[in-house]
Amino acid sequence: MKHKRLRSFFFYIGVAVVLIYFLFPFYWAVVSSIRPASELFSAHQSLIPLKAQFKSYIEVFTQRPFARNILNSTIVAGSATLLCLIIGSLTGYAIARLKFKGKMLVMLFILSVSMFPQVSILGALFQILRSVKLINTYPGLIIPYIALTIPLTVWTLQNFFRDMPKELEEAAYIDGSGKFSTFFRIVLPLSIPGLVATGLLTFIFSWNEFLFALTFEQLPNMYTVPVAIAMFTGYYVVPWGQIMAASVIVTVPLVALVLIFQNKIISGMTAGSVKG
Amino acid sequence: MRSRTTDPLHRTDPIYAAIFVIPTLAVIAFIAFWPLGQTFYNSLFKFALMYPQNKIFVGLSNYGRLLQDSRFLNDLWNTIRFSIWSVGLETLLGMFVALMLNRKFKLRGLVRAAVLIPWAIPTVVSSQMWRWMYNDNYGIVNNILLSLHIVKNPVVWLAFPSTSMPAIISVDIWKTTPFMILLILAGLQMIPGELYEAARIDGANAWQRFWSITFPLIRPTLGIALIFRTLDAMRVFDIVYVMTKGAANTETISVYNQWTLFTKGFIAPYFGYGSSMSVMIFLIISIFAFFYVKTMKIKLD
Repeated sequence: MKHKRLRSFFFYIGVAVVLIYFLFPFYWAVVSSIRPASELFSAHQSLIPLKAQFKSYIEVFTQRPFARNILNSTIVAGSATLLCLIIGSLTGYAIARLKFKGKMLVMLFILSVSMFPQVSILGALFQILRSVKLINTYPGLIIPYIALTIPLTVWTLQNFFRDMPKELEEAAYIDGSGKFSTFFRIVLPLSIPGLVATGLLTFIFSWNEFLFALTFEQLPNMYTVPVAIAMFTGYYVVPWGQIMAASVIVTVPLVALVLIFQNKIISGMTAGSVKG
Repeated sequence: MRSRTTDPLHRTDPIYAAIFVIPTLAVIAFIAFWPLGQTFYNSLFKFALMYPQNKIFVGLSNYGRLLQDSRFLNDLWNTIRFSIWSVGLETLLGMFVALMLNRKFKLRGLVRAAVLIPWAIPTVVSSQMWRWMYNDNYGIVNNILLSLHIVKNPVVWLAFPSTSMPAIISVDIWKTTPFMILLILAGLQMIPGELYEAARIDGANAWQRFWSITFPLIRPTLGIALIFRTLDAMRVFDIVYVMTKGAANTETISVYNQWTLFTKGFIAPYFGYGSSMSVMIFLIISIFAFFYVKTMKIKLD
């Protein structure tokens, strides 16, 4: 009995270590964002801030176009997610349910993109987007993001559609409903859980993407959040308080998403990798 | 029994399939395959991004130069070093935490959610958070090490090759171990509990149970996780760009490539050269992916 207790004691110590390891950097960012500069730029900082102030948060919005950056990211990630889900669900449905030749080839073509190193198309994509005047525009980022996220979307959704019972669709066809209306009226409403799971992953990916955003949006007003945060500089010192405040601002909604949709995100992440 | 071709439910399938599939194929062709072809085309010329009219055809000579570019070879080695350490350690750590989370205990849901947070926040943000913690004057890492008397003077983590690469690897491990944990955990949860009971009755200890049941059964999941993560690690850009911009011998091939294309090759005639580097990176990663998939014997459906 004693032995068992000791083991569970060590087990919970292990749990605590894991929790601290994964959460501490975020805690430290929060603490640093509310510390007065005098405390922040000292060699010995207390684990809990002695004084709290929100100056850094105000500065982020008054000294920088950070509100605009958040808007940019929201528009880009939101549109990319929505469009990717529309296009991807149609393709996923075709692969799961329709009979056509060359299905394997289509799937291979789509999945091969997920192995593409982004940097190897960076230069040419810049030229192409510039030639159609899409540099420093929202579509200039939305369209590439759709291409980057569509392999995973198609893959996960076709798995999802395959697992759905066929009877409802077949009944609809027999009642004379066409492919389009069956898809939009019957299939899509039933696949909302799958759409939410993949949509969350697409959104998080687009919200976080850095290399394309850095290259295709070159005006501070068009920066997305990650680019803006990477570019934070001050006249004399690195504005750490502001960097931490901005980091906290964009992390909080993601933490909320993670807490609310934990199971959905995990099922989206692991779909396809486990079942194969 | 009707044959498939006359099945009225599927008669119009090819037409609809075309309509349903073409938008996806078009986006992929336009955004991925066309630029890839164009990158190869660019790699045959010497020119600057801003002066495409002054293009000089140089054949494959950019590739010859690339193979003699000691900076590229050094960065390739950095990338490999980074990938091996990062993926190796996060697999071990991921396995450990996944086995822990596979038990039923209080707070399990909380731990699972907490683990997702580093994965969900932008890499740029996590890099900044860690850059601050590694700050030589005000960072908490030095603060702790100094007060425990482990070091005498503050360590300038991101300025020296011996410490900067480990620092960068530590950020990647923190950021991506969650992915490993959750994939391995999903694999673990598909193992039927009876297997363990049977092994326990046979007198197998925990270590034997792990190597004879757990490990063989999660091998496919582990294989896929390793492929995803290694391909990701080989492409690393964000962490290095934010933490050191490639200084202190931390430059990876993606960072060098982006710099060659858009800083050096913007007005100087190095855009074609940068494109040859892009093609090379594509080839390296493709060959690597191919062999990885082969040796892991994974069926991608």
